[in-house]
Amino acid sequence: MLKLARYLKRYRVQVIVGPVFKLLEAIFELIVPVITAQMIDNGVRKGNVPYIWHMGGILLLLGVIGLCSALVCQKLASIASQGFGTVLRNEMYRHINTFSHAEIDRFGTPSLITRITNDVNQLQYAVAMLIRLVIRAPFLAVGAMVMAIILDWKLGMIFLIATPLIALVLYLVMSRSVPYFRVMQKKLDRISLVSREGLSGVRVIRAFSKQNMEEKRFDEAANDQTETAVRVSKLSALLNPLTYVIMNFSVIAIIWMGGGRVNTGEMTQGEVIAFVNYMSQTLLALIVVADLVVTFTKAAASASRVNEVLETQPSVLETAKVPVTPVPGAPKIEFSGVSFSYDGADSDHYALQNIQFSARPGETIGIIGGTGSGKSTLVNLIPRFYDVTQGKVLIDGVDVRDYSFEELRTKVGVVPQEASLFTGTIADNLRWADENAGEEQLMHSLKIAQAYDFVAELPQGLESPVNQGGKNFSGGQKQRLTIARALVSNPEILILDDSASALDFATDAALRRALRAETGGMTVLIVSQRVSAVRQADQILVLDDGAIAGIGTHAQLLESCEVYREICLSQLSRDEVEKK
Amino acid sequence: MKKPVLKRLMKYTKPYLPFLMGALISAVISVSLTLYGPILIGHAVDHIIAQGNVDFPGMVPILVTLFFTIVISAAFQWLMSYCNNQAVYRTVRDLRMRTYRKINRLPLRYIDSHAHGDMISRIVNDVDQVADGLLQGFTKLFTGVVTIVGTLVFMLTISPVITVVVVLVTPLSMFVAAFIAKLTHKQFVEQQATQGELSGYIEEMLGGQKIVKTFHYEKRAENQFGEINQRLYNCGVKAQFYSALSNPSTRFVNGLVYTSVAVMGSICAVTGRPGPLTVGQISSFLAYANQYTKPFNEITGVITQIQTAFASAQRLFHFLDEEEELPDAPDAEVLQDCEGNVEVKDLFFSYRPDAKLIQNLNLSARRGERIAIVGPTGCGKTTIINLLMRFYDADSGTIRVDGKDIRGLTQSSLRGAFGMVLQDTWLFTGTVRDNIAYGRDHAGEEEIVAAARAAHAHSFIQRLPKGYDTMISEDGGNLSQGQRQLLCIARVMLVDPPILILDEATSSIDTRTEIKVQKAFDEMMKGRTSFIVAHRLSTIREADLILVMNHGSVVEQGTHEELLARNGFYANLYNSQFAAADADENP
Repeated sequence: MLKLARYLKRYRVQVIVGPVFKLLEAIFELIVPVITAQMIDNGVRKGNVPYIWHMGGILLLLGVIGLCSALVCQKLASIASQGFGTVLRNEMYRHINTFSHAEIDRFGTPSLITRITNDVNQLQYAVAMLIRLVIRAPFLAVGAMVMAIILDWKLGMIFLIATPLIALVLYLVMSRSVPYFRVMQKKLDRISLVSREGLSGVRVIRAFSKQNMEEKRFDEAANDQTETAVRVSKLSALLNPLTYVIMNFSVIAIIWMGGGRVNTGEMTQGEVIAFVNYMSQTLLALIVVADLVVTFTKAAASASRVNEVLETQPSVLETAKVPVTPVPGAPKIEFSGVSFSYDGADSDHYALQNIQFSARPGETIGIIGGTGSGKSTLVNLIPRFYDVTQGKVLIDGVDVRDYSFEELRTKVGVVPQEASLFTGTIADNLRWADENAGEEQLMHSLKIAQAYDFVAELPQGLESPVNQGGKNFSGGQKQRLTIARALVSNPEILILDDSASALDFATDAALRRALRAETGGMTVLIVSQRVSAVRQADQILVLDDGAIAGIGTHAQLLESCEVYREICLSQLSRDEVEKK
Repeated sequence: MKKPVLKRLMKYTKPYLPFLMGALISAVISVSLTLYGPILIGHAVDHIIAQGNVDFPGMVPILVTLFFTIVISAAFQWLMSYCNNQAVYRTVRDLRMRTYRKINRLPLRYIDSHAHGDMISRIVNDVDQVADGLLQGFTKLFTGVVTIVGTLVFMLTISPVITVVVVLVTPLSMFVAAFIAKLTHKQFVEQQATQGELSGYIEEMLGGQKIVKTFHYEKRAENQFGEINQRLYNCGVKAQFYSALSNPSTRFVNGLVYTSVAVMGSICAVTGRPGPLTVGQISSFLAYANQYTKPFNEITGVITQIQTAFASAQRLFHFLDEEEELPDAPDAEVLQDCEGNVEVKDLFFSYRPDAKLIQNLNLSARRGERIAIVGPTGCGKTTIINLLMRFYDADSGTIRVDGKDIRGLTQSSLRGAFGMVLQDTWLFTGTVRDNIAYGRDHAGEEEIVAAARAAHAHSFIQRLPKGYDTMISEDGGNLSQGQRQLLCIARVMLVDPPILILDEATSSIDTRTEIKVQKAFDEMMKGRTSFIVAHRLSTIREADLILVMNHGSVVEQGTHEELLARNGFYANLYNSQFAAADADENP
């Protein structure tokens, strides 16, 4: 948690001054019972009415100053804690942006989102509490005890027993019930899991008439959660009565023993009343302290989750210093003895092993293979979404690691598997690649991507809104828009990572035709599961379990590559396969 | 039937009425006793006057009474929480179960057209809101009111004059509490909205991180993020400050009450005007004054909570009021020893009245025949499945299985005659064995293995870490798409239904498993009437009947040859693939 303190630096003043003001209020609060005691002993007992008014005035003054200083503290706490959260969020987001896919995959997107929102909120709250209560609450608890001892140290002994006892009860009850809240959350998660399955499997459940069994499953989850909740509540319901009993028994002791002290002349009646007041202040303060402990335990867990993100070093680093010069006559893309493992060099499980091939400028390369054969991994190495474990990937004869990110990613256009669009307009989305692209350029890209017709049919055309994730477009439309987006900057290399899967055969074919006709110099890599999508490529790479099972044209591979023939036969009938 | 929300909710608490009554009675007892405490303390203090003037014998009975008051009050405090929690949690559980049962009774038309997340949120969040707000809230409201009334009564018995002073300050404390609550609420709503915006932005950007990198969009994204973050800061500071006003302001109002009581009480004690007062009574009053604003704050807090809970309860009841699927007619027949003959006559159907879908569909499938359903993606092939299995009812026309109108059959016997393997495979969290045996309770181990073998799933299941006992995680994430489909096939194999509905995979299935799936499909279809959402040309060409669908309706039907000869939509679709291939070859 301390490591994050540096983000508070800017709010040094607030962090120091805030608690001082809060302390002021607490001191006033502690003085109140003493003044009341004086009022009774000197005013009431001696019948001095002006004195009573005088003391009343002091009480009022203390209240007003107390309120003002508390407000100052709350304001400072809001500024510091929210500011801290804001700085931390910016810092985290900037850091996450340097991550390569290896790191993002390791955390998972939902987890990163939780860390940057909920965990930071938790920390923000802890900072506010730090300023507002960390000094005040223990000060009040201890202060009440000290004040009592100063008033009369013998009677004050009651506080020395009662205060630790209340603290002990708080500790025992809370340390046993708080962990249950995590258990409860798990049980609640189970309820939503069963509900989700019940909804997603509604057809299967009804087809097999298993509604009763699903209801039983749900009932079990719901009962389980209820039983836990009831069990915890029995325990946490002890907290209030127990502390109430301890406090009031102490009050009985104060009155009885205080009576004795007054009788012998060592204390006054007003002081006994002050003691009773201090007792109730102690209880309230201790409850706040207990809450604080919970807050900071949660914050510590959040802090370690946040630190985990901030301390993660991106595995793909931009190391290029000097501008690179292409090697004349080199192949556009070359894989030279490339192996790759998601777990790093020590692993013996390689996602790609000894990949060797090259593509000349303007060539179309098809990459085919089953799920998990390494197709996407292979193309992800070109724009450096991951770095190779062994070997080299070269573009224009230069290692991709020697390019600056900007230069590399301007050369390479990628259309990923999952077609994601962003909130905004169609034009906004297309201009991701090139902020200054003209309308004509956008239209041209749309035409190649076979998206022009449906965009033109939209009432607002290019300015049509896109919802989050592009949900207002069909799968096929989204894919075509993402292809168009990659084409806007006219990259030298275009990677289509299974990005036409939602297109029907005719549109898919038209797209490939247009790419071939309109983008002459572009080197195109097409990853697909469909034979029809790659059969016309200049070279087809057949991947099987991370290794190249064959390279060649459709006709060559049919002759020589068993895996390729199997794939073809599973998708096409025999005469379609052999049709030239 | 729109009964008021509260009344309906009370219906659910009925079984737990004893608990609820117990909670209310305990609340009255414990609150009264707690309030009685300061009076006793005051009496005791009055016996301590000054040096040599302390009446110990007089104190004893008071302190003994105080002792029992404390113990009994504490016991009832506990009893109140206990009864209240029992009533709340059990009511909530019943409400949850009722809501889940509702899902099983809703027509698919509803489930398909509503967000699942929303329904789940009703079961999980809304029910919790009702628990927190309406039920706990009412107890708090109740104890709050009892405390205020009780305090006033006790104060009046001590000194009506000072009570008047306290009551005069009351509107101030209510005003302050309400004012802060209002300020805070407005800011919180804005903060929540901005926080939501920020989460949404991160989600979108991280989800598309690959694209952010591809187009080196990082700088631009950071600027946009920073802008939202700054707005969050602005409203966050306000929201936090306003909400932090509540404690000091309460303390201040408390202080005012305390000061007035101390001053007025002392003057009364000295002058005896307008009424005499003892020091002990002043101390009782001070104890009340210290706690006086608490119930007001609690009540204001609880009222907002109750309002949110009302909204949740309303959403919940709204859901529970949705029209349910028609149950089986009392004279519904049980479909037995089904042959697998399916006949569709003059069928009309549409999801919405303004968009016509299936119009005048006629077809007949004899036992063992294969019907291929083809068409571009999103053409509504699942509509046919929905109608055959009566997930939806046709608008007009009939579907007969073995000559019997499906509307005259029990739903479970009709659906039991169908085996369904969809592309969107559904497995539940449980073991592989449980998933295969889903359609038939008490299936023997041998039968399960036999079904798995027939589905070509046995070999991969054996390679799983715990074989048939391997747990399938949510959504079957630890299995490949193809393996999941094999398990679904095994599930159907075990039930051995006469009619099949199959959805052929297009992509995202690895080649080798796909070959297995295909083999399993072929074996399964032997001797069974099959409806196949077809993607493979071989399946289509070997079908006994092809239904060609476009934009949700059947546009053509016939055999492969007939349809090619007709040279219509199908011929076009079929040729487009080869025409495209030809064009590619001769650019």
